[in-house]
Amino acid sequence: MTKTRCTDQVILDLWHPLAALSEVAAGVVVDTVLLEERLSFAIDGEGNAAVWRDRADLAEGSPVDIAVISGKLPLKLAYGYIWTSLGNPPADLFPIPEFDEVDRRKLNAATFGVNVSAPRAIENFLDMGHFPYVHTDILGAEPHTEVKEYDVEISVDRDEILATRCRFFQPMASTASDGGADVDYIYRVPHPYCSVLYKSSPLDESRLDVIAVFLQPIDQEHVRAHMLLCVLDEDNEDKVIKRFQQTIFGQDKPILENQFPKRLPLDPRAETPIRADKSAIAYRRWLSQKGVTYGVIPAAT
Amino acid sequence: MLDLAKSRWHPIAAAHDLPLRHVFHGQLLGREFAVWRADDGYVNIWENRCLHRGVRLSIGINDGRELKCQYHGWRYSNRTAGCTYIPAHPADAPARTITNRTFAAIERYGLVWSAEEPQGEVPEVAGLAEGRLLALRGIPVNAPADVVAARLKGYRFQPSGRIDGSAAKVAVEAASTFSVVLRSSEADATTLAVFFVQPVDSNRSVIRGVLDGQVEGAARLAVLRHHNELLSRLRLAVEAEAAREPAPAPLEPVIERVSPELAEMPEESKHGRKATIRVEVARKWLAADGIAGFELRPIKGLLPTFQPGAHIDVHLPNGLIRQYSITNGPGESDSYVIGVKLERDSKGGSTCLHETVREGDVLAISEPRNNFPLRRDSVKTIFIAGGIGITPLLAMAQALNNQNLVHELHYFAQNEAQLAFPEKTSTLGASLKPHLGLSPDQTGAKLREILSGYGPDKHVYLCGPGPMLEAARHIAAEMGWPETAVHFEYFKNTNVIDDSTSFEVALARSCMTLTVPAGKTILEVMRDAGIDMPSSCEQGACGTCLATVIEGEPDHQDVYLNDAERKSGTKIMTCVSRAKSARLVLDL
Repeated sequence: MTKTRCTDQVILDLWHPLAALSEVAAGVVVDTVLLEERLSFAIDGEGNAAVWRDRADLAEGSPVDIAVISGKLPLKLAYGYIWTSLGNPPADLFPIPEFDEVDRRKLNAATFGVNVSAPRAIENFLDMGHFPYVHTDILGAEPHTEVKEYDVEISVDRDEILATRCRFFQPMASTASDGGADVDYIYRVPHPYCSVLYKSSPLDESRLDVIAVFLQPIDQEHVRAHMLLCVLDEDNEDKVIKRFQQTIFGQDKPILENQFPKRLPLDPRAETPIRADKSAIAYRRWLSQKGVTYGVIPAAT
Repeated sequence: MLDLAKSRWHPIAAAHDLPLRHVFHGQLLGREFAVWRADDGYVNIWENRCLHRGVRLSIGINDGRELKCQYHGWRYSNRTAGCTYIPAHPADAPARTITNRTFAAIERYGLVWSAEEPQGEVPEVAGLAEGRLLALRGIPVNAPADVVAARLKGYRFQPSGRIDGSAAKVAVEAASTFSVVLRSSEADATTLAVFFVQPVDSNRSVIRGVLDGQVEGAARLAVLRHHNELLSRLRLAVEAEAAREPAPAPLEPVIERVSPELAEMPEESKHGRKATIRVEVARKWLAADGIAGFELRPIKGLLPTFQPGAHIDVHLPNGLIRQYSITNGPGESDSYVIGVKLERDSKGGSTCLHETVREGDVLAISEPRNNFPLRRDSVKTIFIAGGIGITPLLAMAQALNNQNLVHELHYFAQNEAQLAFPEKTSTLGASLKPHLGLSPDQTGAKLREILSGYGPDKHVYLCGPGPMLEAARHIAAEMGWPETAVHFEYFKNTNVIDDSTSFEVALARSCMTLTVPAGKTILEVMRDAGIDMPSSCEQGACGTCLATVIEGEPDHQDVYLNDAERKSGTKIMTCVSRAKSARLVLDL
């Protein structure tokens, strides 16, 4: 085993995203960073790919034949992204069954660099209370600021956090009416650095749009956030759908980068939770129980 | 080696860094501050971190009275840094202890000074007169403060009166680790310059220069430019020197942990009728015909954070305890202002305040308690005040006015002379709607008009004499207002209390069963058994001694709970209410 700068075995053994397949040029070397390690990867346009530790003889941008690369790291192509691991990853990545529904649009909305730890970014993704203040007049609007009671459970068999019965007032909730209304949300955290959200579809009352965030930890305090959309929308161009999510993310970024400390404190007395933060409380406990130390400030024992 | 003493005062900003409604990002010995001046002039220096999720408060919004966090809109009061509102839970009053860490702030020599654990006074500089000074632009330098201060001894500049000259003689009049006093003279012109070096971090500093004498207009610009150029040059030289040494590790300030009770869901703090605060009557005046205004200032320290709707217990010289609502607007945190109506059938409370208590007297008061919290998530809020019932609603209306939230304050009184606190109500503009001299029938008709047009997310708050409140609640129900949208506070409980019953009370969490005999209240029996229970009015009006009923049927005799709460049978006011069943089980 090569020695890694990250010593958190829980995090090392996870699958981590590197890039959206749709945005990688085929047949050439692409460099990236994962958990402070310099990695390279390539795809060939025929469904083959490889990830390896950065090497002087395979410089970024140079043509490469995937078949002849030695010392490959674990590889998975899933949900439109290329994933790897620096440890011993499980056979499967967490499921997103909706991804296989043929009538959904699947897009990488954006890949954003953010100067914050992955867990802080996950908490932001789970949070509804900031909608009226950070996503003003889009996901929320004053004076409708209440976070109504919702349910949170840690599913033991699936080892994931599930927040259900979440509702939040959204102005222009649907394209069909101009008034605001409560929108339903379901949140899943199936991976310490990934989260999946389900949200009422403005087009089909019986189904939910899926938005997922996959965080690529560059180091403890920097991430690349890959955002997957898996939505019901037959009308809008890709760029319109993407621009909406990019606007939302662009509003969160300056807030995230002004959180101090950047790593997520797991000591219950480091910050002040309220009832609205139930899912964040569960997430912090879940990370503590797993023994995660990377990207967090562990509680003193 | 840099002196890291936390007791030493340092400048952290120039006074001119705090313009109207700005939040300045300051730093001292590695610790970040959010520095802001409220409209009343008070300079707040706070830990640069919202207690909720750690977001910098220096990116927050200074509305002149409160600082609002950008992330979730939590509001923190001028002076105390106590949280006054959490928008995610609009129906709840935030626990009083949610308070950001504050640091000492002193303005002197055109600079703002602070220290983590200050001792003594801000350093005196001989010859530097307060007031007639020119504070230079702060010059940041990437070098340790002591290195910068040593270099400043060699700083050469022209006196302000001879800025174009070149033959000034500069003498070092004093020097220490963090400051240098220089005098520059040429011919008849002389200027004293004091340079304080603020240790921002182990390897970063800000030079804060102050010159004696005021210079105006173009000459002032010339002086500022002169020092900007020279100090920038000095900065380059110092940085080059410092870069040759290995950079010291950045300082890591310790972030204090929040109190243990905040780590869990906030719970109401438990205390009896305690008057822990001493205040002086700083001003007593006629706030309206028959209403005395009292401004209560703390004898020492700061008053606790209050929220609109909160009241205090005032312990009177004659031994009586009375409750009065705080009328202050947000951020008005240097004193509490209450209004006291002289009651004709006074049992001695209002008479004592009107006739005996004078300016300069010291009174004991309780911490503010808020059993009448204001939601701020309504599309429209209607306040209906009758007479002295204006006091809590006045605080509420000022809070909504400050946040530009839609509201109306309907103020019923006999005549114009009875409208209290005109200096406060006049700031409300068109949202204040006085209704004068109406008969009970006319009042009813007016209430009907005001309460027509109920819609979702509208709320009404009522405070006034009992009969008016009854009428307003009745009309609101008729007009389709749900009970959850009608909030009220009675002055007193005029119900005749029947305390003839006897029953058992089991306290589930304390594992204790008590017998309440005729003539005693649940509250008294619990107190006798050593259970500490908060209370305030002790007549079933204020809501402080609320307990949760697990089992049994309460016999409600209060005026605090609304009908739905009464029917649910899950809440009881322990100061007056009793049991219809032989046994009550309380969650205590």
